[in-house]
Amino acid sequence: MYDDSPLSGASENPWQQLRNLTPARIALGRAGTSMPTRAQLDFQFAHAQARDAVHLPFDHGALAAGLASQQRESLLLHSAAQDRDTYLQRPDLGRRLNDESAELLRQHRAANPDGYDLAIVVADGLSALAVHRNALPMLQRIEEQALAEGWSLSPVALISQGRVAVADEVAERLGARMVVILIGERPGLSSPDSLGLYFTYAPKVGLTDAYRNCISNVRAEGLSYAMASHRLLYLMREACRRQLSGVNLKDEAEVPVLAGTGKNENFLLG
Amino acid sequence: MASFSHTAGAMTYRFDDLKEVMAKASPARSGDFLAGVAASNAGERVAAQMALADIPLKHFLNEALIPYEDDEVTRLIIDSHDAAAFAPVSHLTVGGFRDWLLGDSADETSLRELAPGLTPEMAAAVSKIMRVQDLVLVAQKIRVVSRFRNTVGLRGRMSTRLQPNHPTDEPSGIAASILDGLLYGNGDAMIGINPATDSLSSISEMLKMLDGIIQRYEIPTQACVLTHVTTSIEAINRGVPLDLVFQSIAGTEAANASFGINLKILQEGYDAGLSLKRGTLGDNLMYFETGQGSALSAGAHHGLDQQTCETRAYAVARHFKPFLVNTVVGFIGPEYLYNGKQIIRAGLEDHFCGKLLGLPMGCDICYTNHAEADQDDMDVLLTLLGVAGINFIMGIPGSDDVMLNYQTTSFHDALYARQSLGLKPAPEFEAWLQHMGIFTQADGRPRMGNNLPPAFRQALAQLGQ
Repeated sequence: MYDDSPLSGASENPWQQLRNLTPARIALGRAGTSMPTRAQLDFQFAHAQARDAVHLPFDHGALAAGLASQQRESLLLHSAAQDRDTYLQRPDLGRRLNDESAELLRQHRAANPDGYDLAIVVADGLSALAVHRNALPMLQRIEEQALAEGWSLSPVALISQGRVAVADEVAERLGARMVVILIGERPGLSSPDSLGLYFTYAPKVGLTDAYRNCISNVRAEGLSYAMASHRLLYLMREACRRQLSGVNLKDEAEVPVLAGTGKNENFLLG
Repeated sequence: MASFSHTAGAMTYRFDDLKEVMAKASPARSGDFLAGVAASNAGERVAAQMALADIPLKHFLNEALIPYEDDEVTRLIIDSHDAAAFAPVSHLTVGGFRDWLLGDSADETSLRELAPGLTPEMAAAVSKIMRVQDLVLVAQKIRVVSRFRNTVGLRGRMSTRLQPNHPTDEPSGIAASILDGLLYGNGDAMIGINPATDSLSSISEMLKMLDGIIQRYEIPTQACVLTHVTTSIEAINRGVPLDLVFQSIAGTEAANASFGINLKILQEGYDAGLSLKRGTLGDNLMYFETGQGSALSAGAHHGLDQQTCETRAYAVARHFKPFLVNTVVGFIGPEYLYNGKQIIRAGLEDHFCGKLLGLPMGCDICYTNHAEADQDDMDVLLTLLGVAGINFIMGIPGSDDVMLNYQTTSFHDALYARQSLGLKPAPEFEAWLQHMGIFTQADGRPRMGNNLPPAFRQALAQLGQ
């Protein structure tokens, strides 16, 4: 009844059809009792991609050029975390601008004293890959709809080694009524390029996450640009109406629901 | 408040209070640098360890690191201290205590009797002057056994929490991971889901599903859906079948407040769980998760180092006679534990301190993709904790948690530990695995069944091909 064969060669699991039910790494088979070579190397590749995404330098020049081709001005900024190692160990520094960046924004404000309705910020966060792949098309959607609302938009602030809260400082220095930051999320094994959107109404330095709304998992295999901007614009309009953002502003945007897939019956109890 | 100094070489190092000695004696880790409490260089760190080694254990009963008046965890620690149990080591310094722990006086029986006499700060202090091999060797002497529907923590055994998470809580997807795990012999510590959606109705549906699976296949294990303790209480009030009551806990009153809990709420959760009388072998039913860095993350560390804060969470845990305590060591990220070396050391410290204080310790041997760690580091920690006699680890498909986006030990990893260290599952579960033809482990080496168990073959047949 038990497998007494020597531990050579990998055995497949006879429950392969379950793989249709979950993205989890099930039915991998075994070599002896260990992970077979193929599954082992697939995992290592996924981890390598996630690691590379964390350490990929932010190519803000390319992004600025892309924005320029759309007649959009950008501001190249840097957080107080000077390099990746510092950034990873000092979240407090990633939430602040360095002195040069603060000065640049001071000069910009002096030349543009009226401020803006919406400050737009892009930061590498934990995945520059997410920004490289998704920031331009995502921004285009957001800006089209924001302009349709009649809102004035700041230049796009591109921040290296930035964390979410740095957006509040940018917005405060630019004199903006609202801010949205597009930032690379912590890469998962199957999602090295996931972009997050964080929105704050009446931004100022020192706000906690309780004052922000988050839209997560924007990427080709995740939430679409159209859906993300639909939700974001809903939040911004509601925020303007109620003069707040964060936990007291629920995301109740009407979104089309996928028809039942017919896969959700639990076969173990059927 | 006492100040401490130590002269080493040409330098005399001064420390203002016990809190500072403890923090500076802590082996280096990013979270203590982030908090600004770490030693400023390697020399100061060892000098602090030397100063700490000379401090009498009794001193810890006189100098509270967080004032008694300010913090209910301190009050719990002081008020529940058992002076009679403390007596065998009450004459020792921290350094003397390390020697005692390594010697023959410390064995399974004497360490069990000592546990209520130790405060978390004493455990933290001695761990700071112990090497990895000391943390393994002493932990190995200790056994903490807990019972609900099976028996976890017996010598020569190691259990797994089957963690069948799914990004959208699809019942069929969760069931697929559960079956995969069971067929790899995982799930005796519990089948425990981290829900993606935290609504009472979906939590209740998941609990009913887990109860249904455990009953249908007569699996000697217990279920848990990891939701806030107040949600579990509400589910119990509505008659939902709930085995283990979960909560994340920390070592200060303020950090617990940031989790929306206090000792009174935990007591209500414990009482609600007990009222169901669902345990057949025992009534250990609380499941706690902890992890170094949580207090600092909540801005509630009171200037303590993160490892000392962590051990104080164990005082909270032991008050409720838990079934399992899980230090989720690498989940919090590199700003608290930077790399594999720091994660490995922290996992062993937590396991040692928890066991010394009398807790049924397990460890989520894990890392995130922005930490400087990889599968090799996890293999090292798993092997060390296996040798140290850990009660349970996680088991997930292929080490990849597709809901929480982090990596922890796989179903295969547990089998590696069984094969290389001869560790068996909980006895009741072992018998079930054998009865089902999933695997047998007569001589230590797991031998997998060749065929699908008939009951599961039927379930799969429903899916069609």
